[in-house]
Amino acid sequence: MKPGSVAIVGAAETTELGIIPGLSQIQLHADAALNALKDAGLSPKDIDGVATAGESPVAIAHYLGIKPTYVDGTSVGGCSFMLHVRHAAAAINEGLATTVLVTHGESGRSRVGAGRFGGSPASLQGQFEAPYGAAGPPSMFTIPVLRYMKEYGVTHEQLAMVAVVQREWAGMNPRASFRDPITVEDVLNSRMIAYPFHLLECCLVTDGGGALILTSADRAKDFPTKPVYIIGTGESAETPMISQMYDFKSSTAFRISGKKAFDEAGIKRSEVDHLMIYDAFAHLPLYGLEDLGFVKPGEAAQFIWDGNTRPGGKLPLNTNGGGLSFMHSGMYGMYALQESVRQMRGTAAAQVANAKISVSHGVGGMFAAAGTIIMSNERP
Amino acid sequence: MADTRKPLPQPTPETQDFWDGAKAGNLRLQKCTECANVYFPPRPFCPACASRSVKSFNASGKGTLHSYVINHRAAPGFEADAPYAIAVVMLDEGVKMMTSMVNIEQTPEALMLDMPVEVAFEAVSETISLPKFQPVAGGAK
Repeated sequence: MKPGSVAIVGAAETTELGIIPGLSQIQLHADAALNALKDAGLSPKDIDGVATAGESPVAIAHYLGIKPTYVDGTSVGGCSFMLHVRHAAAAINEGLATTVLVTHGESGRSRVGAGRFGGSPASLQGQFEAPYGAAGPPSMFTIPVLRYMKEYGVTHEQLAMVAVVQREWAGMNPRASFRDPITVEDVLNSRMIAYPFHLLECCLVTDGGGALILTSADRAKDFPTKPVYIIGTGESAETPMISQMYDFKSSTAFRISGKKAFDEAGIKRSEVDHLMIYDAFAHLPLYGLEDLGFVKPGEAAQFIWDGNTRPGGKLPLNTNGGGLSFMHSGMYGMYALQESVRQMRGTAAAQVANAKISVSHGVGGMFAAAGTIIMSNERP
Repeated sequence: MADTRKPLPQPTPETQDFWDGAKAGNLRLQKCTECANVYFPPRPFCPACASRSVKSFNASGKGTLHSYVINHRAAPGFEADAPYAIAVVMLDEGVKMMTSMVNIEQTPEALMLDMPVEVAFEAVSETISLPKFQPVAGGAK
């Protein structure tokens, strides 16, 4: 993709976030989509491309009254929306569509109209992981971490600090679920979920959604919003089984996705003003910082401990509070993208002054997949 | 016999040999006859070179504890076991496998990364035995 050839011209989350028992999952998609359409000054008849996960793109297209020439149902977990943005950019550049709507909506907590979890007993995960009592992300996504901690000498206190710093950012976000400051001691005293992970090192479970609208950069000037240009994209897939992650100290999918995005954008890590790393659990920012090349392997914990990612630090990270404190409906990637867009537009609650380049990186499943989008408010 | 609410593996044609081996007390792995790659989970071709000329063999059953969590929020059927470890062992043959740790306290003090372990099959149904792992006696390989 030619950096800056495509721009985000519409972006919005659902009207409410948190506990929303009054809306079914598909309506959460629609609520976000309507807000994004209003943001961009568009109606559904202006949309000719649909991308979504969690619901079928057929269902979303029909529900919103859209007749698309481009359809993307890529569903690889929480980073699916990064992949949707990447694919949409390619589609727009190739003329498959002119205006693509990406939607997310998830009744993660209230489970209204949401699907059931669990794979088949005949799947590889069903045969080789489920029988050992692995059930859901808290007991599976966390499995590589003791190995990571041993190899790099990371302490329990350092892991806890990831959650502490993100709560600082959440304190500045009126839409965050939890905003009161916490200490390392608070984190280590919170209920043990799956050693070494305590409750406060695990993501929330909430309801919500978000939507983005993309079009060519040349058209972007005709919109009421400040264009946010896509300057680099990446994606990759690794394994559906956490036990088969190639290297427990590093996400191969993160590395491949991040490299592609940075090579495309042609920028240095030091040029990044703002960073979002999907934090389903407290270890994700550690893997992300290293695998995206911001710090050397094994250095992320100290980097965060030293305050580099907190308010006032040189690399603001997860400035909405993240999945740990802001919200997390099951698939979080859309919220990372939304915060990156706000930072580029200058409308974030915890705005990074003069931010010009943001990196939005997501994980899918349990280190199963990855997607990376680099954005800028300046057209290259 | 084990709690019937615990999920059981459902073998497929490609994994039947693994489960037959487990029932007979053998840890079956597969090896490519062309490039010597040893891999898991089983499939009738080599994921390194795509050759279809692969064969199964009985692995040593030995390895080391690579990583784990101790799960406090039991999966359905595991309530009586909580808190319990969910472990990944690194087999001597160079592949990783998820498993349970048996004959050992489910605590961080007892479960030491890199400790030598060996397979201990547990029958959970008439046709399925699960490969679980226990510490090697005396800590020797």
